[in-house]
Amino acid sequence: MHDPERSLQEGSVSEEILQKWEARGVSRRDFLKFCSVMTASLALPASFMGQIAEAIEADNRPPVIWMEFQGCTGDSEAFLRANQPTAAELILDYLSVDYHETIMAAAGHQAEAAKHKTVEEYKGKYIAIVEGSIPMGAGGAYCTIAGDSALNIARKVCGNAAATIAVGSCSSYGGIPAAAPNPTGAVSVSEAVPGATVINLPGCPLNAENLTAAIVHFLTFKKLPATDQFGRPKFAYGKRIHDNCERRGHFDAGQYAEGFGDAGHRQGWCLYKLGCKGPETFHNCPTVRYNEGTSWPIQAGHGCIGCSEPQFWDTMTPFYRRLPQVPGFGIEATADKLGLGLAAATAVAFGAHGVASALRKGDETDTKVKKED
Amino acid sequence: MKALELRYVWEWPVRLTHWFNVIAIIVLSVTGYYIGDPFVSVPSTNSYVMGWMRFLHFVFAYVFAISWVVRIVWMFFGNQYARFPAFAPWATREGWKHIVGTFNYYTFLKKKVPYVVGHNALAAMAYSGVFVLFLIQIVSGFALYGQFQPGSFWDSAFGWLLPMFGNQGLRLTHHIIMWLLIGFAIHHVYSGWLMDTKEKNGVMGSIFGGYKFIDPDEE
Repeated sequence: MHDPERSLQEGSVSEEILQKWEARGVSRRDFLKFCSVMTASLALPASFMGQIAEAIEADNRPPVIWMEFQGCTGDSEAFLRANQPTAAELILDYLSVDYHETIMAAAGHQAEAAKHKTVEEYKGKYIAIVEGSIPMGAGGAYCTIAGDSALNIARKVCGNAAATIAVGSCSSYGGIPAAAPNPTGAVSVSEAVPGATVINLPGCPLNAENLTAAIVHFLTFKKLPATDQFGRPKFAYGKRIHDNCERRGHFDAGQYAEGFGDAGHRQGWCLYKLGCKGPETFHNCPTVRYNEGTSWPIQAGHGCIGCSEPQFWDTMTPFYRRLPQVPGFGIEATADKLGLGLAAATAVAFGAHGVASALRKGDETDTKVKKED
Repeated sequence: MKALELRYVWEWPVRLTHWFNVIAIIVLSVTGYYIGDPFVSVPSTNSYVMGWMRFLHFVFAYVFAISWVVRIVWMFFGNQYARFPAFAPWATREGWKHIVGTFNYYTFLKKKVPYVVGHNALAAMAYSGVFVLFLIQIVSGFALYGQFQPGSFWDSAFGWLLPMFGNQGLRLTHHIIMWLLIGFAIHHVYSGWLMDTKEKNGVMGSIFGGYKFIDPDEE
């Protein structure tokens, strides 16, 4: 018999729910795996597993509107990339994604009508997912869909949503479209729609696992997960990549790849000297990885570029060096070369001053001489 | 003829913080340079070179920060040579005379250096600048250090600087100031030697023992 009290205590999932999912083509093993991954991703104790399983099963699942503005569809790609239908994918299918430009069957007026219908019928109840930044320049004319600007659409759809999830760095912080000089005046969702309840899931692309976990959190607890100062959920962005990196041992030991393909690189040494931004980037890539845990940039031998940090294209560059160049000096003038030059110039200047002072007579404080007079 | 008089100029907190700063700046520069550019790559995974470098850097960061705070506090309690006004010669007419006089001496325009018991006017101004550089170094350093744990004390205290100046910008600043301080150290030791030989008041020895030779006629 299904006993909610018991399942809550032990974290067990009821037979009833498992059978329902089996009927939908998800084996009980896969469903349990999914629930435990979600529980772990959200940093919840195992006893929450039963609660999560029930929340996903409950019949009040909200509809989802996925909007894409100034983006590259990379986040949709990341989300659809799975080569076999996973439990996560089915969950999201089951969420009734009413509008998603890339994958919806409807087109034109029909599609727009579906979107408007959802907004009207489920006002304050649906989830809005935004991919891509919103251009504010030229009155929003740089990005229009069905004759309306991205800005207007976002204000309408996100403004009436129960919650808005900004997926990827563009919708979270403006991303690459907002990189200097930001020709279209691109901004994030939270800047474009200040009143909306927004959670940011940055990354280039975002990790689909984190999106699923954020939705599951919302379904389970009826609110968005706790966020850091940049509006990112702490369960996914609370730890530095560097501190969970599989190459960290090589960093602490002092073993660094000096170039791509050199001996150190082939042995999997730390990519710090190749400009890895893992020490200043907060994301759960090392533990969750991408594409169903297959790999992630550092595992594949490329340093982190800090893509989940605000304005990463401007603030994390140069991607292949530790430090940025000193402004106002040549391309190759690193702080160290300038510093060494400065130290050497100081030494030479004072050396010369010293020689001149040593040869100079009569500038001493004449203590003895004066007193003998 | 009056005899030269020995005067206790640099009290012990001044000397102590000075030498703590010297040790801390040397250790922090060497370890900090290594952290920014690990020039030694070790063959064995058993080593812990970067680990120790970072450990030393963080320990001496605390030493340096405490030393800075103690010296600033001493500006309220110390003698006339250690207090705030000693570092602001530009605030008085007399001070301006010393600034111009010392400048003329350094640039070989005048033969006599203005007589002072404590810091000379230019040195005092350089030190106030160095105190500011120290502060920027301490704050930027602890802001970067705080990233190891979001929500930690240092992250809450200075973490807001990271989005303001950018992580990379803060690291570049931290790096450049190290070189400015190395440049300052070269200048500082040279000027000490120069004044020691020219003023003959035992300035080099005074940072060890605290006493300077004072000429009562000049004062």
